[in-house]
Amino acid sequence: MKNIIDIEIVVPNQTRYLSMIGKIGENVARELDRFKGDREALAHHLNVVLTEGVVNAIKHANAADPNKEIKIRISASNQEICIKIYDSGQGFDLTNVPDPSFESDQLGEKGRGIFIIRSLMDSVEYKKNNGGNVLEMKKKLG
Amino acid sequence: MQLKIEVNGAVRIIYVKEERLDAHNSDELKAELNRLFDSGTKDLLIDLKEVRFIDSSGLGVLVSGFKNASARQGSFKLSGLQSQVKSMFELTRLHRVFDIFQTVDDALESY
Repeated sequence: MKNIIDIEIVVPNQTRYLSMIGKIGENVARELDRFKGDREALAHHLNVVLTEGVVNAIKHANAADPNKEIKIRISASNQEICIKIYDSGQGFDLTNVPDPSFESDQLGEKGRGIFIIRSLMDSVEYKKNNGGNVLEMKKKLG
Repeated sequence: MQLKIEVNGAVRIIYVKEERLDAHNSDELKAELNRLFDSGTKDLLIDLKEVRFIDSSGLGVLVSGFKNASARQGSFKLSGLQSQVKSMFELTRLHRVFDIFQTVDDALESY
């Protein structure tokens, strides 16, 4: 499966770069001209999952240390889009987050980011990688 | 963060004049909400007409404001949601929690 687009971004561990990273995701979606679905909705969803994934890395994995870095890789083919977000910190437990769609957790203030990522992507994994971790999110486009 | 605050009777209207309400700037909205609650405000209306993008941090601050207003027997209403912002409320089921209006005027008529 040949990637049409393969982008790697490295930014400091700071939330000020969220808007820029989200916009790159939107622009990638708009370039996928063989995608038959709603391209503007896909653009929004990529902006959202990139924002949520990077915020998780900044706050929970890299413990908000502004001297650390975050690496993001966006790969897109006609069949699939894959986003990887690398952190260099302690990580977090992807399975141990409340589900805000349950009524009891609906007014909680945590766990909504991971819930949103899981809702918008087809697969989400968080794995150890070279002393840090990688959040891997995939979405089928076919 | 650019916020404009208007007074309409007992209601404080906060216009969020940003394209994004996210983890980068939502703490500033939270601080402003807390300042208003601390000074005795109970009824808040947040206009999101200019907000094109919201993330879980932005939603979390609005949930926190809603809970704060409810604890004071006040109200916390929203207006002007753009379609992508509205889709995030629907995805997280929060559209069932908030009173959401098309415009500030519609919201003000509901008090």
